[in-house]
Amino acid sequence: MSQTRREKLAAKFREFLAPENVVDQPTSLNTYESDGLSAYRQQPLLVLLPENIEQVQQVMRVCQEQRLPVVSRGAGTSLSGGALPHAEGVVLSLAKMNRILEVDQLSRLAVVEPGVRNLAISEAVKSLGLYYAPDPSSQIACTIGGNVAENAGGVHCLKYGLTLHNILALKLVSSEGEIFEIDQRSLQSDGYDLLPLLVGSEGMLGIVVEVTVKLLPIPRCARVVMGVFDSVEKAGDSVAAIIAEGIIPAGIEMMDNPAIRAAEDFVHADYPVEAEAILICELDGTEEEVLSQIELVEKLLKNGGATETRLARDEAERLLFWSGRKAAFPAVGRISPDYYCIDGTIPRKALSAVLSGVRALSEEYGLSVANVFHAGDGNLHPLILYDANNEGELEKTEELGSKILQLCIHHGGTITGEHGVGVEKLGEMCVQFSETEREQFHAIRECFDPSKLLNPGKAIPTLARCAEFNAMHVHEGKLPFPELDRF
Amino acid sequence: MNSIDEVDIEAELTSQIISVAATGGEIEIIGGGSKRFYGQSLEALPVDVSGHSGIIDYDPAELVITLRAGCKLSEVEALLAEHRQMFGFEPPCYGRDATIGGMVASGLAGPRRAFAGGIRDFVLGVKILDGHGEINQFGGRVIKNVAGFDVSRLMVGSLGTLGVILEVSIRVIPSYETELTLAFEHDSADKHIRWINELGSEPWPISASLWVAGRSLLRLSGSVQGVQYAAQQLGGETAEPCWDELKEQALDFFDDAQPLTRISLPPATTDQLDDIPQLIEWGGAQRWLCAEVDIPALRSMAEGVGGSVCAFRRHAADVAVFHPLPPAMLKLQRSIKSSFDPAGIFNPGRIYPGL
Ligand SMILES: Cc1cc2nc3c(=O)[nH]c(=O)nc-3n(C[C@H](O)[C@H](O)[C@H](O)COP(=O)(O)OP(=O)(O)OC[C@H]3O[C@@H](n4cnc5c(N)ncnc54)[C@H](O)[C@@H]3O)c2cc1C
Repeated sequence: MSQTRREKLAAKFREFLAPENVVDQPTSLNTYESDGLSAYRQQPLLVLLPENIEQVQQVMRVCQEQRLPVVSRGAGTSLSGGALPHAEGVVLSLAKMNRILEVDQLSRLAVVEPGVRNLAISEAVKSLGLYYAPDPSSQIACTIGGNVAENAGGVHCLKYGLTLHNILALKLVSSEGEIFEIDQRSLQSDGYDLLPLLVGSEGMLGIVVEVTVKLLPIPRCARVVMGVFDSVEKAGDSVAAIIAEGIIPAGIEMMDNPAIRAAEDFVHADYPVEAEAILICELDGTEEEVLSQIELVEKLLKNGGATETRLARDEAERLLFWSGRKAAFPAVGRISPDYYCIDGTIPRKALSAVLSGVRALSEEYGLSVANVFHAGDGNLHPLILYDANNEGELEKTEELGSKILQLCIHHGGTITGEHGVGVEKLGEMCVQFSETEREQFHAIRECFDPSKLLNPGKAIPTLARCAEFNAMHVHEGKLPFPELDRF
Repeated sequence: MNSIDEVDIEAELTSQIISVAATGGEIEIIGGGSKRFYGQSLEALPVDVSGHSGIIDYDPAELVITLRAGCKLSEVEALLAEHRQMFGFEPPCYGRDATIGGMVASGLAGPRRAFAGGIRDFVLGVKILDGHGEINQFGGRVIKNVAGFDVSRLMVGSLGTLGVILEVSIRVIPSYETELTLAFEHDSADKHIRWINELGSEPWPISASLWVAGRSLLRLSGSVQGVQYAAQQLGGETAEPCWDELKEQALDFFDDAQPLTRISLPPATTDQLDDIPQLIEWGGAQRWLCAEVDIPALRSMAEGVGGSVCAFRRHAADVAVFHPLPPAMLKLQRSIKSSFDPAGIFNPGRIYPGL
């Protein structure tokens, strides 16, 4: 990018943004080069940090006029490269729009700017006995705007839902710089319900500039029980047994042996390092309810073949049980120079088949895989351990990741449960969706952003991209899983 | 195992749509016909999709059911009940022939809406037949899925204007162990509104609320222990449940001779309709008026507080059924409609002109 164009544009934006809110120095731009998927890097033309909605609108008007691609950015924790900059475009960081505008106790809602961190909302309303339910493991850092753009989940989403289920209203700025709002505080919207299109749209349909979130009362009581298993299959079957009993746990998470070992090394939660799998199951509600259900869950775990069950005695121990799971990614980061997180979702009944498939692939590629699993909702996170300094190992890792995702599709699942498509899973989108389905996605995008300036090149692959992917992956005219049922 | 017919008429429906599209015609999609009153009336060739029936997949432990859209709602609910499961959104039937496709397309939910979520919150995937005659699938059969824009949930409430829903996957929830209805006296609407919203700040197992004629009813649902404890703490008197009658609009309040208006407001809204006879549900978010009303005046009141007004049933033919959208939003929604149905063959004008 020519320095003069960069300088000229920076001057244009400084007409209405504070000088320090227009980042144009290469050293400072480097901070924004990548998101949580650090394998992909790209320096943007400029980084802009508006401080209010009016400034976001002005930015968009200039970008329209200059035909500048715009990549919105919250905290940059995306694991799919969704916030990867565009070489010819600007990064629009919402980080400085980080105020909680209103907390309405009676209506149990909060109106916040997009750059507010997920955890900051719950902290701000804790004294009222309320909290914001979706709790991605990145919640200390990630922003509510990024959560909306990715439809983020967390360990409690089986019972309390994803971001979509906890949003009451959104204010967005369109690619043309106009404000549009979706208000569902009244639980009804005449006309089409656009909220589900916008939530999870990866910054491609509009810029989220204000979010009204639902607040829930903090449950009176939460208890955790851990089940220890000598096989992953038994652990998986126990999850099915608990749900078949009519119990919806607040959270139910599984870890396999490599993940257990890594987590134990890191946080010393007294996890059983010899176990093939552990299940961590949390129940919440009133004390009476929780006590009666936790007994039942313990019994079901034992019936399901648990070699041991442990009931957290107090709040400190409950948090200890969770600490290993919540720190699983950084824990794996300690035992391997690099790791690559996969996000496929499968029907739970396919768990054994998929995990043995993953094991076979792991051996074939000579790369270790540790598995953590949102077991209640079938969202699998295989973590592939690799070393980017070894020539060709990243490419091998990506290929293994792609194979795992195709295995998920093959078993009736999907390529991403919560991390989004970003730049990372464009190829697999060609497998999961047909040409006419992808065309429909492009058509929807054009309804919102005819200029196609919002996060171009992400989430929805072009025809050409799919032709390229298929040329690489179709052998003798067959997709890897010809019997593939895409639904 | 169940009595739901297995009939696949996808091919017939597709050729029907393709031939209508080729001749520039228009069609009205009919499921069971039970909710045909909902929305602007149309004159177009009726296409009956209720024959497209059958369970594609149901494994209770997965908490997901996948169905052809012509399945009868009552039969599906009976099947779920056999496995101690149900639809979380408690859909109204308005008659025995109501279909799953009609349920999704109309997007109408029952008393549990404010406490468990709406249809939108439970739909996971759809297979649709669009205006090009193409069959496309969006979403899937798993609970978490963020691949591609969430078109499946866009279908909820679209009243058949975006295409024919052929199949749908829906998340189901376990039935409750027990339910209990409590009654409380509140002589004004606003007193009820304040009371029910204050209750929301505690995690009570509330699954429905109702206020009509000076009396508040509350339904508690959950485990025996949880419901008993809540009932002790909340007080009130045990009352007869009337939730099915509420859902089906069969309570005395719903006078068949009068126009019925639905007012949707942020739940804690007070000082707006306090002295008007009304029925309030959904913790205050949904209010019904069963009388001659001034729709434009109600609409401007609702807009002022972030709500909307639907001329639900039995209004004069020249009254717009749905709350008008701001022009830019209408334009956006029309472009979305055209992206699915460029020739405008499906239920033309059902929601708004051009939609
Ligand atoms: C250690 C770790 C653990 C994680 N655990 C989870 C987890 O448990 N569950 C989960 O769902 N995710 C998880 N993630 C992924 C990530 O944290 C989420 O996707 C999060 O929602 C991203 O938020 P962000 O503010 O960092 O957004 P960014 O990474 O900055 O951006 C993400 C996407 O959103 C868009 N975007 C951001 N802000 C806006 C806006 N205001 N308007 C429009 N578009 C916008 C960007 O363009 C990009 O496409 C994890 C990540 C890490 C690093």
